[in-house]
Amino acid sequence: MQEKLRRTMMFVPGNNPGMIKDAYIYNCDCIMFDLEDSVSYAEKDAARSLVFHALSTIDYGDKELVVRVNALNTPIGLDDLEAMVRARVDVIRLPKTETAEDIVFCDAQIERIEKTIGIPVGTTKLMAAIESAEGVLNAPQIAKASTRLIGIALGAEDYVTDLKTNRSPEGIELLFARCMILQAARAAGISALDTVFSDVNDEEGLIAEAKHIKQLGFDGKSVINPRQIQPIIEVFTPTLKEIQKAKAVMEAIAQANKRGSGVISLNGKMIDRPIVLRAERVLSLAKAAKILF
Amino acid sequence: MQNLDLTGIAHIDELLNVEVPFDNEHVYKELKSCHERELSDNKIVPSLQDAIRLCGLKDGMTISFHHHFRNGDFVVNRVMDTIAEMGFKNLVLAPSSLIDIHKPLIEHIKNGVVRRIETSGLRGELAEAISHGLMDVPVVFRSHGGRAAVIETGQLPIDVAFIGAPSCDPLGNANGYSRDNDKGIVCGSMGYAKLDAQYARKVVILTDNIVPFPNVPFGVSESDVDYVVEVDAIGDPNGIMSGATRYTTNPKELMIAQKVADIIDATDYFRNGFSIQMGSGGASLATVRFMKEKMVKKNIKASFALGGITGQIVQLHEEGLIKKILDVQSFDLEAARSLKDNRFHQQISASYYASPNSKGSAVNQLDFVILSALEIDIDFNVNVLTGSDGVIRGAIGGHSDTAAGAAVAIITCPLTRGRIPTIVNRVNTIVTPGKTIDIVVTDQGIAVNPIRTDLMKMMQDADIDLCTIEELRDKAARIVGEGTPIAYTDKVVGVVTYRDGSVIDLIYQVKDDQGSEE
Repeated sequence: MQEKLRRTMMFVPGNNPGMIKDAYIYNCDCIMFDLEDSVSYAEKDAARSLVFHALSTIDYGDKELVVRVNALNTPIGLDDLEAMVRARVDVIRLPKTETAEDIVFCDAQIERIEKTIGIPVGTTKLMAAIESAEGVLNAPQIAKASTRLIGIALGAEDYVTDLKTNRSPEGIELLFARCMILQAARAAGISALDTVFSDVNDEEGLIAEAKHIKQLGFDGKSVINPRQIQPIIEVFTPTLKEIQKAKAVMEAIAQANKRGSGVISLNGKMIDRPIVLRAERVLSLAKAAKILF
Repeated sequence: MQNLDLTGIAHIDELLNVEVPFDNEHVYKELKSCHERELSDNKIVPSLQDAIRLCGLKDGMTISFHHHFRNGDFVVNRVMDTIAEMGFKNLVLAPSSLIDIHKPLIEHIKNGVVRRIETSGLRGELAEAISHGLMDVPVVFRSHGGRAAVIETGQLPIDVAFIGAPSCDPLGNANGYSRDNDKGIVCGSMGYAKLDAQYARKVVILTDNIVPFPNVPFGVSESDVDYVVEVDAIGDPNGIMSGATRYTTNPKELMIAQKVADIIDATDYFRNGFSIQMGSGGASLATVRFMKEKMVKKNIKASFALGGITGQIVQLHEEGLIKKILDVQSFDLEAARSLKDNRFHQQISASYYASPNSKGSAVNQLDFVILSALEIDIDFNVNVLTGSDGVIRGAIGGHSDTAAGAAVAIITCPLTRGRIPTIVNRVNTIVTPGKTIDIVVTDQGIAVNPIRTDLMKMMQDADIDLCTIEELRDKAARIVGEGTPIAYTDKVVGVVTYRDGSVIDLIYQVKDDQGSEE
C-alpha cells in the first residue's frame, strides 16, 4: 500500500469561515481544523458547528482532514468528538496526550459513536499530540495504544513551558522529545509529525528547521500559514540524483523479477529491503512534488 | 528701411503669408532682466476668483481636473466651492476621475452648480448618491484612452482645466515634483493633466510651491498655461501616495501571483524585450517578484513597463531588468523618486498612454497586462465599475485600453470575495469586452478564453492546469450560492463607453429598498 504523505499539515482555526471555506486550494497534504487553542471559550460551540458543516458540505479533494478536538476530560471535548465522528472526519487529533490510557479512552468513545451512527468501527483514525514531559516519556506506549493511530505529533509550545525553558532557533531543547517521538512512531509503524514554526516571516529559519527534522526522520511538519507550505515541500522534495538512484533501484528489481532471480544487484552492490523501501519513499515524494519521471 | 516691392515677384500669390512688408514700428524689444520679468510679467494672479473670471467661465461650460492627488486632493473641492460662491450654474465636470474625497460635489449637484459629469470612475458617498438617482443627467464613464480621444477630437471640449501642481514656475511650467526644493507635495507623473493642458481653451495651475523659472523638466509646459494661482495647500500627502507599496503577505494573493508568473513564463511572449503593465493591487505587485525570479533565471530583460508605476517596477528598472518606464501615473513615492532621478523613466500623457485616436499610443506595444476585476462573466466580459449591489464603486481607468492593446491580458481575482462570487453568468456592467480578455487567474483555477487556442496550447505544453470559465462559475456558486437579483428602477444613471466612444453598457438607478421585490 502506498504510504500516505504527511509533509505538511495546515492549521485552520475552526472559527474562521473565510479560511475554512477554501483551505483546499493550498498545496498541503493534511488540513487540521482546530477547535482547541485557536478558538476562544465563547466560540467553542460556533466553531464546532462551523467545522461540522464544512466537513459535511465542502469538497476538500484528496487532502487528509484532521480535527483537533478539545481535551476529552471536558464536556466540550466530548461534544467535539460526537460531532466530528459524525461529520466523517478522517482523523481526530487528541491534544495534550499524557498516557496510553488517554488514547484508549478516546478510542472507546469513538467506537461508541461509530456504532451508534452505524459506520464500520475503526473508520475514524487517531493522532496523538504530545505536549508535556510526561507525554514524551510515555510516547512508546501512546504510539501503540490504538490501531486507529496513524501518527504522533510533537506540540512544542506547551512542552517547552513544561520543561521550564523556551524555544531556541537551534531547537536543542526539543531534541530529546523529537527523538523519543520519532522512535516511538517508528516502533509502532506510524507517522512522526513535527511541531509548528511560529515566525511566519522567517523563511530561512523555517527551512533550517524543516531540514533538521527531515534528517531526524520525521514525515512532516505542522504549518500555521499557507506561506510555510512550499518551503517545507521543497525540503522534502528529493533531488534529481536521489530520484535517478531510486529509479535505478526499481528498474533493477523489475529486471530481476523478469529473470526470475531472487538476488538483485545494482552496479555490483546487493539491493536489500531497506534500499527498496528508501527508493519507494523517494519516488512517492517526487511524485507528490509533481516531478515528472 | 528699404522699400521692398513684392508685387513684381512671379507667382507671389502662391506663397502664402509673405505679402506683408516688414514694419520696424512693430518690432518689440525686451529691456527688463529675466528676474524682473519673472516678478512682473508672470502668469500669477492674486486669487482663484481672479483666475476663474479671467478665463471667462460661463454657466454651462466644461471644466476639468486630474486625479493624480487621488484621495488627498484638495483642488476639486476648493475650485468647486469657489465656483459655487461666484454663482455659476449648470457646469459640466470632466475630471480624469473622482474619488471618496470628492463627496462635497453632492451639494454642488443638488444646488445646480454641476449639471453633468464625465469621468473614468466614481467612489464613496458621491458614487452611492449618484447610483441612487442624485443626478438628472446620466454620468458618462470613459476609459483613460477613451477620454483622451474625445478631448483630442473636440467631442469633449474643455473650456477651463484646473490643474493642481506640486511645483510651478511663475510662467506656468508645472510638474508633479520639484528639483528646486522639497517644500511641496509629490505626485510624480502628471500624465492626465498633460492632456488637459494641451487641449483646454484656458488652463489654470493651482500650486503651493512657486519655484524659479524654468521649472524643468516639466509635466505641463508654459506654452499651454494661462494663469497660475498660489494657494496654501493643494493636497494631503498621506492621501496622495504611500512611501512604498509593500509586498502582500496574503497567501491567496501570493498564490495567484505565482500562477500569473508561471503563466507569463509559459507564453511565447516572455522573451527578451517583452513589455508589461501591472496594477497596484496585492497580487499584481507580488507577480513582479515571482516574474523577476524567472527573468533572472532565463536572462530575459523587459524593454519597458507602462502605466501606473510602483516602486516594485522601479526596483526592476534600477536592477537593469526593465530598460525603460513609461509613466502616466506614479502610484507611490518610490515611483515619484525614480521619475525624478532616472533618465529612462519617462512621464507620458494620457493620450500617449492609451488614446485609440492618436497616431500611436503605448498600450498598442504591450505584450502583457495584469488587471483586476470586480466581476467576470462566462463570456470573459469584465466589470470594474459596479459592485454586487449594483452601486457604482470603481473606475474604468486604462482597463479596456490595455486589454485591447496587450497581446496577453490577464485578470487576477479571488474566486469569491466573502459571500460574493467573482465569476458570474453575466456581469452587472460590461466595461471591458470579453473578446479582449485572454486569461482569468483565480485562487481556485485558471481559465483561458477559448478564442485564444494559441495560449491554451502554450499553457498545456507547460503543464499548467486549466479549467473552463463555466467551471469557475459553478465552483463559486457551489461555495456562496446564488444571489438575489439587484432591484433597479428604469432610470439610467450612468452611460459606460468603450474606448472607441461607443456605448457598451448602461448603469441603472438601484432601488432604495432592495427587500421589496415585486
